[in-house]
Amino acid sequence: MTNKVLLLFAHPSQDRSEANAPLFSIAQQMPNITAVDLYREYPALHIDIEREQQRLREHQVILFMFPLYWYSTPAILKEWQDLVLEYGFAYGKDGTALHGKTFLCALTAGGSCDAYRKGGYNNFSLRELLRPLEQTAILTGMHYLPPFALFGSRKAVDEGRLAEHEDEWRRLLNALIDGSLDLARAAECEKLSGEIAALVR
Amino acid sequence: MTTYFIQAFIYLCAAVIAVPLAKRLGLGSVLGYLIAGVVIGPVTNLVGHETGTIQHFAEFGVVMMLFLVGLELEPKSLWAMRQRLLGLGGLQVSITVVLAAGIALLFGLSPMMSLAVGLIFSLSSTAIVLQTFNEKGLTKTDGGRAAFSVLLFQDIAVIPMLALIPLLAMPELVQHGHDIAHADAHHGDTHGHHEELSLVAGLPGWLQAIITISAIAAVVAGGHFLSRPLLRYVASSGLREIFTTTALMLVIGIAALMSLVGLSPALGTFLAGVVLATSEFRHELESDIEPFKGILLGLFFITVGAGIRFDILSDNLGLILGLTLGLIILKATVLFILAIIFNVRSSDRWLLTLSLAQAGEFGFVLISFSVQNNVLPVELSQVLAMVVAISMFLTPGLFICFEKFIVPRFEAQENAKEDDIDDRGTVIIAGIGRVGQIINRMLVANGIRTIVLDNQVGQVDVMRSINVKSYFGDASRPDLLHTAGIEEAKLLVIAIDDRVRSVELAHHVRKTFPYISILARAYDRGHSYELRNAGADVIISETYFSAVELGRQSLVEMGMHPFKAEQLKHYFVDTEHAHDETLYESWRDMEEANNFTGHYRDLFMQLEDLLRKAMSKDRSDGHSLSERGWTPPPKNYADSLESDK
Repeated sequence: MTNKVLLLFAHPSQDRSEANAPLFSIAQQMPNITAVDLYREYPALHIDIEREQQRLREHQVILFMFPLYWYSTPAILKEWQDLVLEYGFAYGKDGTALHGKTFLCALTAGGSCDAYRKGGYNNFSLRELLRPLEQTAILTGMHYLPPFALFGSRKAVDEGRLAEHEDEWRRLLNALIDGSLDLARAAECEKLSGEIAALVR
Repeated sequence: MTTYFIQAFIYLCAAVIAVPLAKRLGLGSVLGYLIAGVVIGPVTNLVGHETGTIQHFAEFGVVMMLFLVGLELEPKSLWAMRQRLLGLGGLQVSITVVLAAGIALLFGLSPMMSLAVGLIFSLSSTAIVLQTFNEKGLTKTDGGRAAFSVLLFQDIAVIPMLALIPLLAMPELVQHGHDIAHADAHHGDTHGHHEELSLVAGLPGWLQAIITISAIAAVVAGGHFLSRPLLRYVASSGLREIFTTTALMLVIGIAALMSLVGLSPALGTFLAGVVLATSEFRHELESDIEPFKGILLGLFFITVGAGIRFDILSDNLGLILGLTLGLIILKATVLFILAIIFNVRSSDRWLLTLSLAQAGEFGFVLISFSVQNNVLPVELSQVLAMVVAISMFLTPGLFICFEKFIVPRFEAQENAKEDDIDDRGTVIIAGIGRVGQIINRMLVANGIRTIVLDNQVGQVDVMRSINVKSYFGDASRPDLLHTAGIEEAKLLVIAIDDRVRSVELAHHVRKTFPYISILARAYDRGHSYELRNAGADVIISETYFSAVELGRQSLVEMGMHPFKAEQLKHYFVDTEHAHDETLYESWRDMEEANNFTGHYRDLFMQLEDLLRKAMSKDRSDGHSLSERGWTPPPKNYADSLESDK
């Protein structure tokens, strides 16, 4: 079975991106992935609701990809949620369009992994901070997977950590497409990054 | 008169048949002209002795070409190449003279004759080389620039050479020379400088020097201070042919002045070109002179082909071919070594080596001048002229070698170096009124090179006064677009007021350059459809967005929340956009149905009607886009979520 992945990429300053840009370009070159650069398609944040809903219907895996801004998504992805996840489409009466799909986030975070925990300076784990998205997935009937994250992203290239992350990114995307990712076990994790090898059947 | 017509027809006809054919076969236009010349000359004998006269006349094409080259070269860049001009050019000429003369000595020629041969062979063909560079887009490569500096030095060096040759006269040839002077086919064009009209003949040396220097000063100062008011005055008259006439007058006038004081006309017009290179009229001058130059140079190449004498060639076949080959190898070797010394790298080194390995048109001049001054005997001169002609004939072949064998070898290496800011390509902006100005400022502020064209001198003046590089000229003329570099441009922005012209421009550019993007400013809806029909990629109506913006502001003034008004504005734009295709189609159908009447008012009313219907339909559906975003869910929606739990 082949899943189609809808990757919604939100990055407002791609010319300065060191990690997201190469990761996005990897996804762009893979078959069965619709890689959407939201800021390119809607530079004035004027989102075409009909078109975005149609895209959602055509894919089985929905993936948000973004740099973490103030413990949340960049503005366009919030705008996208507010506009596209309509009553009667994503939730409420007859709002079943997303039922049974898989939802996850792939993000880059400036802080180190240690910062995202109780006692670290960010106090909460990444999964905890992304609870609003997790609950959105639950309410719209999607299977939520924990985030696939690159920590310390500002120094990842300098420290030579990006290549390894890229390899894992490729494996994750392939596993999502061919359905070989163990969704039940994946859903239990705090994060997907670093765990992919163990989660692929 | 009839004979002239017939001859002119033969020359033109030969060019028309041979040149496109040669171009199609990948041989380049120069070889096409040369072959055309051979066919009408020695092969079929359609043309005869007038070839020499025509050649002399056609050499004026070289003068025009140097004017154009000068236009491309700002004084700054000329100064920057002084080292190569003197070093590379000087060494090339002097080393080649010494080596060629040495070899001539070994052949048993007298020292004086050998020196003359050396001088003749040291020169290369400015005409062939620059024409080919242009055609193949090699002018701006490092090799192209280096070759150009050598050619420029050679053109300057011709003048002292012409002065030197009479001093080499052989006493035993003097008497003989007088006898044959009348029989010489080239007689008409080869009378020496002392016989020509001259300002400096017979004057003492210091006075000659003063006159010469003041002539150059006059060209530079005149070009700088007088040409602009003159050209502006002529341009504001709006008569195209008078502008062309002025351009021709300038070039011919300078050539005449230079000849009068015994300088090279090519050098004079080159200087004038450099002086005018920063002027706003540069592109217009270029496109006016270009066709004349093209025809004259073509004619010149034909005469070279026609001048090949099969009888002399077959009598001395081995000698001539051997000498030609030897000459090419000798010149190429000298150039290759100099290229290494002057740090010309990779494929550019080979370009310099192969492009200048021939002898040139000035060689013919020096040969006939030498014969006239009894430096060389006629028999030898004929052999030498054949060597010069055949080496020129082989040059296009060397260029093909360069393209086929040298470039591929270096391509892989050079690809890695690309990704420069310069490689972004340029944007041509046609029209620098209110619209063009803003576009230009945005692009320039972001480091994108633009070339701005406008056909109103006043506008160009204003732009220049605030340091915006702009050029005078009618952008809807194909030749002007060519000189502005449309072949290399990525974008053309059409921002001219004239509706008809902007559509013509879009149409022409789309047809000729399918891959360039065309962005256009439209006057109104009908105009935007015409532009779209003509092939523009992006069309923005000039008043559209300001009108929509005013509409939004009006809604706010009427008490609507600004954000809601903004949404309604988007809704309006989106609805129109959604019906663009239908409206365009119906416009096109009507356009085809009655081609001549073009009742824009009726048409426009009809389109508006269509639009109104489309918008009201959406509204009554309750599915309008504006209502859609941020529509709250039904009031009791939370209850059902509660009960699902």
